[in-house]
Amino acid sequence: MAVFLNRETRVLCQGMTGWAGTYHVARMMEYGTQVVGGVTPGKGGRSHLNLPVYDRIADARRETGANASIVFVPPANAAAAMIEAIEAEMPLVVAVTERIPTLDMVRVRSALKGGRTTLVGANSQGILVPGVGKLGVMATGGERPGGVGIISRSASLTSEVVAQVTAAGLGQSTTIGVGGDPIHGIGMRECLERLLDDADTECVVLIGEIGGTEEEEAAEYLAGVRTSKPVIALIVGLAAPLDRRMGHAGALALSGKGDAAGKIKALEAAGVRIAPSAHLIGETVRQALAERAGIPAIQRNAGML
Amino acid sequence: MRIHEFQAKHLLARYGLNVPAGSVAISTGEAGDIARELGGPVVVKAQIHAGGRQRAGGIQPADGPAAARAVAGRLLGTSLVTAQTGPGGQKVRRVLVEAAIAAERELHIALLIDTSSGEVMLIGSARGGVDIEEQAARGEIRLNRLVLGSGSEARAQEVAAFVMALGLEGALCEQGCALIDGLRRAFVELDASLIEINPLALTAAGSLVALDVKMMLDDNALFRHPELAALRDEDDTSAAELQAQRHQLNYVQLDGNIGIVANGAGLGLATLDMLVAAKGRPANFMDIRTTANSLDIAQGFRLLLDNPATRAILINVHGGGMQPCDTIAEGLGIALRRSGRSLPLVVRLAGNNADFARSRLQNFGCAVVDCPDMWTAASQAVALSQKGA
Repeated sequence: MAVFLNRETRVLCQGMTGWAGTYHVARMMEYGTQVVGGVTPGKGGRSHLNLPVYDRIADARRETGANASIVFVPPANAAAAMIEAIEAEMPLVVAVTERIPTLDMVRVRSALKGGRTTLVGANSQGILVPGVGKLGVMATGGERPGGVGIISRSASLTSEVVAQVTAAGLGQSTTIGVGGDPIHGIGMRECLERLLDDADTECVVLIGEIGGTEEEEAAEYLAGVRTSKPVIALIVGLAAPLDRRMGHAGALALSGKGDAAGKIKALEAAGVRIAPSAHLIGETVRQALAERAGIPAIQRNAGML
Repeated sequence: MRIHEFQAKHLLARYGLNVPAGSVAISTGEAGDIARELGGPVVVKAQIHAGGRQRAGGIQPADGPAAARAVAGRLLGTSLVTAQTGPGGQKVRRVLVEAAIAAERELHIALLIDTSSGEVMLIGSARGGVDIEEQAARGEIRLNRLVLGSGSEARAQEVAAFVMALGLEGALCEQGCALIDGLRRAFVELDASLIEINPLALTAAGSLVALDVKMMLDDNALFRHPELAALRDEDDTSAAELQAQRHQLNYVQLDGNIGIVANGAGLGLATLDMLVAAKGRPANFMDIRTTANSLDIAQGFRLLLDNPATRAILINVHGGGMQPCDTIAEGLGIALRRSGRSLPLVVRLAGNNADFARSRLQNFGCAVVDCPDMWTAASQAVALSQKGA
């Protein structure tokens, strides 16, 4: 069982009739993803890509039995679309839209509280389960089914890491983009939890970058669990001039954390292997798995507790 | 988007924030007139988009109109260099002339978005002033934090406790709570990403007055606030950065000699790290957003080609589903045809349509050093930048 997405996942697309929705839904279907309909207010009753279009997500969900949605709605209305999906109790929502106002995402986060929805993104490339399906906009061709789970804040670096993992003779179980915006749905820590729990995943790669505290939170979680699955991280932004981003406002510096060195230190302390450079991530993963193969099976099982 | 102190004070006064009486001047004559109208001692403050003004001499007292004119004359038109501006400084085009306020005590209050809780957060300290960042880093002052939430109902009791922890009791507590309520409303209604008041003065007469305000607005929300979008001071954004923003590019000028182009912020940061590890000096950071088309990208390359410091350009692209490699190759081809300048170009193309991008570059007649991986590309760029020097 892959995480988040499997052959039974039935997908609705919010904003399917727009350019991006049309293009990427077609690519998703080519890849084998089961798309069952679309939602565009005012266009209900039409057919698009040979799929039914609905005005409201609640109706679409009832009639198609969908259990996931992907959001391509433009920034001004994207938060409303996500909230509509949350209110319709859609189990999984992936939001691709970029440049959503931050306070809109604060509202979306509060709509998520106590609900049943897992939100991925916004500003996420989505989820890819090689050979099974994709709920996102990533290019495919470089991936291969395998045991490496990938969690990332960056779409471009995910493509890079997927290619390196494949070149190292390995494959991916699930790749997931938590999104590049400061406020988003599911975080690295929860993705990590799910991947460590996934029988198809043998090791996890975290791709982090400067800013925010997600890598630190993932490290804190890892420090408190026992797992035999190696976790490897790549943190970028060591050479970025922090003052250019943060120096303009003292309060941002006061809110603390966020620099690359601090993230690396926290992850290392939690037993995470750090890739020395972005071009060495595939090799680092290969080594970590090779070393783990040397550990006797009994000890490994003991560690799974 | 950062706005000026005088703009922030003007906006926040509408939400009940007490600010010193004053007005903005673009000439010495105006500065003198404002001081005369205010009467009494004033403070003349350079309006630039950077902190650290006090220590750099950008904030000076004046005891009357003549002195205000003299101070404004010294500030206006000069480049003020502070700890946050970089060595070139920022040109002072306006000064704010305000009534001088004597503070019995200085506090610090800020509102920002806490990425961890996903809520609006209030930060406060019973001590404010110019050294607060350093003092906080050394652990000398206590910062209180309170997650406010974005709803219309702020939690009154928790806010009152927060205010009392700042040493504001009784009537002052009431005043502090009203102030925070106003700031919270402003933050949400104006789509701010930061409001920071430092110092917040407590006067002998018992009122709280914002002596300095830093405020940032969410660029992604400006589409619904045209009146706030108009506050952008284009003079204070470098011409190159402004040009980049208009063409779906994130661009930050740095002081090295190797131009960097990558698609995606993550890959851009990785490229920057790798170039520095290879002992190269980046001339800029440029990340192409997925919404940029080949003409936007051509404008981006143009910025790098127009930077006289650039000795080589490193292009690191991993084509994704939204932006294949060939779109970027086409942008490069267009820029090179338009520009007369020829520089060593090192490319690393991978992912979606990498081969097609190579043939596009060939058709454009672009001579590039094509590298199989990022590290080779970064090392090549460093070697070529030194050769040309």
